[in-house]
Amino acid sequence: MNLLEKAAAWLLAILWLLPLLYAMWAAFHPPAYATHLDALAPLTLANFEKAWGYAPFPRHFVNTVILVTMVLAAQLVLCTLAGFAFARFEFAGREIAFALVLLQLMIMPEVLIVENYLSMSRLGLVDSILGIGLPYMASAFGIFLLRQTFKTIPRELEEAARVEGCSWLGVLWRVYVPLARPTYLAYALVSVSYHWNNFLWPLVVTNSVNTRPLTVGLAIFGAPESGVDWSVISAGTLMAVAPLLLAFLLFQRQFMQSFMQAGIK
Amino acid sequence: MTTKTWSVPYGWLLLAPAAILLVGFTHYPAAATLVHSLFSTGTAVRPSRFVGLANYAALAHDPVFWQVLGNNFWFALGTIPASIALALLMAIWVNGKLPARALVRMSYFTPTVLPMIAVANLWLYFYTPQIGLLDKVTALFGAGSHNWLGDPHTVMGCLIAMTLWKEAGFFMIFYLAALQSLPPELEEAARVEGASRWYFFRRVSFPLLMPTTLFVLVNATINSFKLVDHLFILTKGGPDNASNLLLYYIYQVAFSFFDTAYASTLTMVLLLLLGAFAILQFQLIEKRVHYR
Repeated sequence: MNLLEKAAAWLLAILWLLPLLYAMWAAFHPPAYATHLDALAPLTLANFEKAWGYAPFPRHFVNTVILVTMVLAAQLVLCTLAGFAFARFEFAGREIAFALVLLQLMIMPEVLIVENYLSMSRLGLVDSILGIGLPYMASAFGIFLLRQTFKTIPRELEEAARVEGCSWLGVLWRVYVPLARPTYLAYALVSVSYHWNNFLWPLVVTNSVNTRPLTVGLAIFGAPESGVDWSVISAGTLMAVAPLLLAFLLFQRQFMQSFMQAGIK
Repeated sequence: MTTKTWSVPYGWLLLAPAAILLVGFTHYPAAATLVHSLFSTGTAVRPSRFVGLANYAALAHDPVFWQVLGNNFWFALGTIPASIALALLMAIWVNGKLPARALVRMSYFTPTVLPMIAVANLWLYFYTPQIGLLDKVTALFGAGSHNWLGDPHTVMGCLIAMTLWKEAGFFMIFYLAALQSLPPELEEAARVEGASRWYFFRRVSFPLLMPTTLFVLVNATINSFKLVDHLFILTKGGPDNASNLLLYYIYQVAFSFFDTAYASTLTMVLLLLLGAFAILQFQLIEKRVHYR
């Protein structure tokens, strides 16, 4: 690689960070300096304070955390059971059932917003955090990933556990789940990132502050017609992405590997 | 030694909780979409009734539908080849001997972990007339102020540029993994033969990366139909539907115009498109298996 290419790679990297760096500049300086880059501009946290006050950020944070935790917990249980059934049980219609599960990989719940909204209103779950999470709890991707992982676990280990008198539940809990830990970690990272960032379905199914997650709150707050100034929007945006961004910066390699696994399937 | 598998009822029992939710929120709504697309939208005075293919006929005569589909096509064409090229370039750079390589790789990948809504918030400011960064840069070259998102001729370009920024780093990691799995002897052999880097890339690396390229191609296509979050912040589909995309139009028809029957008809089109891409993807995966 010659010097020119190295410089280009670096330039692109700086360009790629520019939007975030610029938002940081605006967020940490008084609004007067938002468009005026001056190395001597005073630093301030006032924009964060304002953003925190303009929009009910604490509430949105709590909602997002509840949503993400609830979805992940349900996914881990449901996908483990289903993945185990597909990997190690024989039952009539298994192949067809598996094909039907995979269908969800292409028809994601956010494409079916119209019908799912009608279902939620029939169930009385409109404007509830459970309503946001429910369509995602049985994840085809999770079932698929765990089935593949469980299938690679040597049967001898299972035999040994059964000789010791373990029931199927014992075998699942003592043999399969511990050995699939890397898969669980990868899946959890992808799931948390996805639901932290998900927007369209939460927007459709919520209509009050008490249930709206961060992305929806951020959209209302950041819309041009809200009239909030740029420095405050930057501060709000940075607050909303900070937890995930920090996690990514700390565990980069793990994030990239998990996202890759998620993409390849 | 053959293993005895567990018996029938347990299998379905374990599957049941996930199956109920999957049927309830994927299979049932997909089927209901089809049914609703054959009925009219019910109102207080006129209940919903069977109309056959009337909604589809209306769709064929809806200029907005065709415009939106066209926009989707241009959006796909603008984002896909460019993000593939960019992702490949990034992967090659990050795979090479580059100082502070980890830092560069991190900066390319960072947009992937940000929500599209936040990305739109950050980019909105770049495109704002007069005070936005883009106007400041063009002012250096003596150009006047321009309403980038308000002009039907430039709005799509703005959205495409932003999407490239958001997606290229994600696709990069697939190329990076593929590049790292290429045998290093190939490059050594090429060097001994005196092949240039460009020649080596064109005749050896790129053909070997073809499965990855196809994979990225299908995923980028699906994304171009799924990704509409940014429209809520940047343009609301405007000006005059110049930046409207199919899924956003479905949202508008269902939740702003309250025409659920027509929204179901539009959803059917989206489902058919996604289905076609999925079939393509399955075939590609089969092919990939043959390569090995």
